[in-house]
Amino acid sequence: MKKELEENIEHNLTGDEETQKEEESQKRSWFKRGKKGILTSTADKKETPEGLWSKCPNCNYISTTKDLEEELFVCPKCNYHHRIGSQEYFDILFDNKEYETLFDEIISKDFLHFTDLKNYQQRLDEIRSKTNLKDSMRVAVGNVNGKKIVIACMDFEFIGGSLGSVMGEKFSRAVDYCIKHRLPYMVISKSGGARMMESAFSLMQLAKTSGKLSQLSNAKLPYISLLTDPTFGGISASFGMLGDLNIAEPGALIGFAGPRVIKETIKKDLPEGFQKSEFLLEHGFLDFIIDRKKLKNKISDLITLFSN
Amino acid sequence: MPQYPNRQFLDFEQPIKTLYEEIEKLKQTAEKSKIDMSDSIQKLENAIIEKRREITASLTPWQRVQLSRHPDRPYTNKYIEKMLTNYVELHGDRNFRDDKAMVGGFAQLNGETVMVIGHQKGINTKMRQERNFGMANPEGYRKALRLMKLAEKFNKPIITFIDTPGAYPGLEAEERGQGEAIARNIYEMTRLQVPVICVIIGEGASGGALGIGVGDRILMMENTWYTVISPESCSSILWRSWDKKEVAAEQLRLTATDMKGFGLVDEIVPEPIGGAHWDYNEAAALLKTSISNALEQIKNMDPEVRVQQRIEKFNKMGFWDELPVESTQVQ
Repeated sequence: MKKELEENIEHNLTGDEETQKEEESQKRSWFKRGKKGILTSTADKKETPEGLWSKCPNCNYISTTKDLEEELFVCPKCNYHHRIGSQEYFDILFDNKEYETLFDEIISKDFLHFTDLKNYQQRLDEIRSKTNLKDSMRVAVGNVNGKKIVIACMDFEFIGGSLGSVMGEKFSRAVDYCIKHRLPYMVISKSGGARMMESAFSLMQLAKTSGKLSQLSNAKLPYISLLTDPTFGGISASFGMLGDLNIAEPGALIGFAGPRVIKETIKKDLPEGFQKSEFLLEHGFLDFIIDRKKLKNKISDLITLFSN
Repeated sequence: MPQYPNRQFLDFEQPIKTLYEEIEKLKQTAEKSKIDMSDSIQKLENAIIEKRREITASLTPWQRVQLSRHPDRPYTNKYIEKMLTNYVELHGDRNFRDDKAMVGGFAQLNGETVMVIGHQKGINTKMRQERNFGMANPEGYRKALRLMKLAEKFNKPIITFIDTPGAYPGLEAEERGQGEAIARNIYEMTRLQVPVICVIIGEGASGGALGIGVGDRILMMENTWYTVISPESCSSILWRSWDKKEVAAEQLRLTATDMKGFGLVDEIVPEPIGGAHWDYNEAAALLKTSISNALEQIKNMDPEVRVQQRIEKFNKMGFWDELPVESTQVQ
């Protein structure tokens, strides 16, 4: 049986992609390449358009990206739910892909001048230009099967979907917006946890967002928390687990501590399926698991049930 | 508290140890030769206090972290013993088991009933294991919440003592919902109808700390730290090495002075010269004064206003830029 590679959840929070990929490929290969670099001469180089094909990380099934998009980024062979961003979720959920984004004007800044291997501001600038995203969460309002709802969705590409001041403030304003317009609130989580470059400020976002949920609760408005692959740390220790309904996509890794940290602590291998959505459902922390293809209808059904 | 020669010394406290050793030698000489050396001994004892002052005057952030973990540092139970009367410890989360890394119960502060809750570390090797090094499991957080709801029911103020290297990252902790337990506590603490005062008395690591750390007033003792991750873990993730903990401690801005400066805590509680481990009585007396004052400020407020202000206090935390809103609004 193929041994599953354990993802280093925490590493996603560094904002560096390359090193992780490098590490993974090192683990995969049992032979070493003798000569480094590209040996094919430029004249013989074959051009393949970018992003035309997608390989399923779970079963290696290859499909065209366009086909995969039509399948809502769910592998037609093994039902693996590919990681997608806010743009894709908004398109999947909102009627005719029409919605209005809110609070886009709030962006991160390097208040602490935090420097690890790189300066935080430099990281922010680089990721912004590379991804066209302003931060790790976007908020939008629109209709789901004709029912109006506010949806906040994380982008894992942006420093591992990390929770910092901007996510906290957008979350807070989204709650105010819901209360003002009497709308249900849904948050789609996909994050490695708190953003270390914002230090204690990012920790305090756990309290900030929970306090706002308390106000939403007093206003008797429903809050649905959808957990997707992966959701860890500060998210699961705050609003991720505080939904009136906590639901998840199939096979998503969800937990407080990352698998590597746990393994290092207990010095034992982790059981199969540990921290997967099915595991959480079994232990009583989810209301149900929902396939991405059924998500839209389920959400509109729920809104009906809450409002009738 | 332990007295010399049972005291333990951190590397930067070694000059103090040397002074103690000199006193010891003088005492022995005095005994042998029957010469009165009390003057010299007194001088050395003064020198010890001066040295304690000198050392704490110029601590690096990493040294503060070390002080917060000093093996002789007082823990929650010590402060309860020294500050409060009539303490009745209450056990269990009524669900799974009694977590010994989290303690709590009713007690009296200046003759008034309060609920006191805190992380507890062990004072020797065996106890440290029993207390799981102050790392609570979900049942610890659920026990804390049960006690907080009990306090709310009987309208008693809540005092929490934070001292944890983090919530326990174990397999069973995950099975029982470590994330959910902490999330629930944070949420419920934002809406408790009674006054809540939280004090960082040692280590304040991440969600494990905040799980009993949401209140109307947040106090931080002088030689403690409070931030999103321990400097060691931060070093291993961001610097990809365990050797950058000193740099990580600096970058994280985790000291009481930093946190007060950011407005993330309300007050710094002074400690005895050199740190709380030098004098438990004095440390407890200083802490008692700060807590009593803080409680005085909030206890007579209307509960609804107090809750509203608590939520607002945390809602203000964070930093960001706001771009000018484009004039062409999307439909």
